[in-house]
Amino acid sequence: MFDIVGKRRWYFLISACVIGLGIAAMIYSTVRFGTPVRLSVDFAGGSRFLLKFEGPATEDAIRRVFAKHGFSNPIVNRLEDSQGNVLWQVRTKAIRPEEAEVIIDELAEKVAPLDRGQSTLDSVSPAIGEEVTRAATLAVATASVVILGFIVVAFRRVPKAFRYGTCAIASLIHDILVALSFFSIMGILRGWEVDALFLTAILTVIGFSVQDTIVVFDRIRENIPKRRGEPFEMIVNRSILETIHRSLATQLNAMFVMIAILLFGGGTVKQFVATMLVGMLSGTYSSIFTAVPLLVVWEKGEIGQIFQRLRGRRATA
Amino acid sequence: MRQRNLSILAGIIILTLAAIWVDLPTNPGIHIHLGPIHFDKDIKIHQGLDLQGGMQVLLEADLPEGEPIDPDAMSAARVIVENRVNGLGVTEPLVQLQGERRIIVELPGIEDPELAISTIKETGLLEFIDTGGLFLEPGTIVKTTFPAGAGETITPTASITATPTAETTISPTVAITPTAEVTPTAEAAPTPPTERVFTTVMTGKELDKVGVALDQFGKPEIRFSLKPEGARIFADFTTKNVGKFLAIVLDKRVISCPRIETPITEGSGRITGKFTLEEARSLAVQLRYGALPIPLRVETVRTIGPTLGQDSIRRSIKAGTIGLLIVLSFMMIYYRLPGFLADLALIIYGLLNFALFKLIPVTLTMPGITGFLLSTATAVDANILIFERMKEELRWGRSLGAAIDAGFDRAWTSIRDSNLSTIITCAILYWFGSNFGASIVKGFAITLFIGVMINMFTAITVTRTFISFVFDLAGDWLRNKKWLLGI
Repeated sequence: MFDIVGKRRWYFLISACVIGLGIAAMIYSTVRFGTPVRLSVDFAGGSRFLLKFEGPATEDAIRRVFAKHGFSNPIVNRLEDSQGNVLWQVRTKAIRPEEAEVIIDELAEKVAPLDRGQSTLDSVSPAIGEEVTRAATLAVATASVVILGFIVVAFRRVPKAFRYGTCAIASLIHDILVALSFFSIMGILRGWEVDALFLTAILTVIGFSVQDTIVVFDRIRENIPKRRGEPFEMIVNRSILETIHRSLATQLNAMFVMIAILLFGGGTVKQFVATMLVGMLSGTYSSIFTAVPLLVVWEKGEIGQIFQRLRGRRATA
Repeated sequence: MRQRNLSILAGIIILTLAAIWVDLPTNPGIHIHLGPIHFDKDIKIHQGLDLQGGMQVLLEADLPEGEPIDPDAMSAARVIVENRVNGLGVTEPLVQLQGERRIIVELPGIEDPELAISTIKETGLLEFIDTGGLFLEPGTIVKTTFPAGAGETITPTASITATPTAETTISPTVAITPTAEVTPTAEAAPTPPTERVFTTVMTGKELDKVGVALDQFGKPEIRFSLKPEGARIFADFTTKNVGKFLAIVLDKRVISCPRIETPITEGSGRITGKFTLEEARSLAVQLRYGALPIPLRVETVRTIGPTLGQDSIRRSIKAGTIGLLIVLSFMMIYYRLPGFLADLALIIYGLLNFALFKLIPVTLTMPGITGFLLSTATAVDANILIFERMKEELRWGRSLGAAIDAGFDRAWTSIRDSNLSTIITCAILYWFGSNFGASIVKGFAITLFIGVMINMFTAITVTRTFISFVFDLAGDWLRNKKWLLGI
């Protein structure tokens, strides 16, 4: 039987590398922009203009208009989607709606004619921004706690049910970190910003990741009484192999739709779909290669051994 | 067993046909007019703000943090904002209270965001103006000498509180004067603004108390009292203008035009006329709350250009269709006959979902559509679970019938548990979305939730019925064709 769980050290290493890269990105982001991921106006407050000009526009021209109204340092980004459409994104402190209208009119005059039909303006007061941030964190935390409780209840007849819950949560945190890392890197490279949609993607990824993990755990739960003689590692291995077809098939199906939307779909949900894609991939990966190996590690008490090994390796290096 | 199967199958077919009918783009809606029963429901897609463009404004009570806010005052403020918004000519505006301190306003398809905001924020201006003997029809727009807020003319509100006509009188509470009976006019259509500028005698600031009471005949009347300065002005004016009209104007629109019967010197008076208790109350609210009872501050504004959304829809539908076609093909190639049946169930799933969106109705947003497409893709997950289990059972040598049953039964616990976690996150997303005017998030939560619920139905009941049906029909023939069953 193909031994998946035996190679668990490698999986932990891969996860550590990916998340390590992400954490590095987040540190860089914090140093450069002040937050580990770039926050949109939904969370940070301020005003965001998404402008579609009908003629050529330059960053300088845009900045000049804003400077005239007292906004000397707006964040200006030039976004381009797969169809070659160009959108200019300008972030400033919160501007009152009346003034924003004046600025927009002036932009249309001084820079280039504006396609109002395809432009957007969001203004959020800092107070709301803070509140939304708090609520978002609360939402994610609550979701995790509730799910932990739910798993413990669902698995109550299995010996050591609490471990299942904890390992599921660990794989969940893994997925959230991967999604955040992805977004942090894209924030540095392409100016992507975290908004309410990102929160939606995260919560959906949580739901999906747990769903996936439960299917495997469920199979383990079923196999334990059926295979009493076998060592834990073997039962777990067997369970993974039995459910892997289904995991991959579902993942594939979801990916078909998401990749199609990424390639052909409208620009406004691109970031959302990309995050979901990364999150779901991570979800499937973590169910098999993180949650289950962690169960085994716990069962065999290997955590202490890992630390010893690391110390040993460092000594010889 | 076969009998029950057939009836479930019939039920499913009927449901599907009904769903198709609802989903048709040219659906005329349900209109039932049978005697006393009147039921009208338009069945169409409700598009969210990000799809049809428009504006969303979040207003918050502009009072210091700790100060308690009177819920009645917030309700009244909401009504006033709603009245103003109605006058902007937006189809299906939305004005809702959010929590204790906030009001959210959504204006789909609005063309002038600036005017909208200034209209909403403006504290209403109540004026008593000297019409000099001229009776002004309620609903007339007038110009007054009192400096206005933003803009000179304010478009009339569509909903007008029915106010009594010419024979409304205004008189002191002490003397009782008979009023001539004249029937009140129905909803007065807004009349074009007159060019004449009227003198403002007094503004609503001078009103102290306004209330509704019944006179000695049991007819409703409005009693008001004035602050000392107002009482003085009023006494002066009414003494000089007995028999003439005094128009009461709110935001430059005449809401009532009573005739002065006798001088009002005591600083309190009443307005009588042939209005119902409801109309009297309405008028009193307007007099009392002509100004917003609570100052409101704009917290967030979002304006979205309309073309962006329409473009996005087109492209995403195209993309989603491509993706789904791939899914359908995959299922058929990998699982063959059961896969084909699952595809049928999937199509039914899509139809039912969409029908529910139109019926409830659910406001569709871009993420909502994405969520719908995604849930369609993952709807096959339940089927995959079942089929994999069936394959296993068959490999262990179970008979076809037993394998089918075992597949569905064993997979049910997995499906139920895993879908439950998605439902939990839906609930949390919904809570989050409703508290911050993030209707985008709310819409996604609802579409996902509906998707999960319907999925549990189609993946299990529908697919199982199909498979049982096919098995009953051609079971023996299939038994030997393992390939068709996807082994």
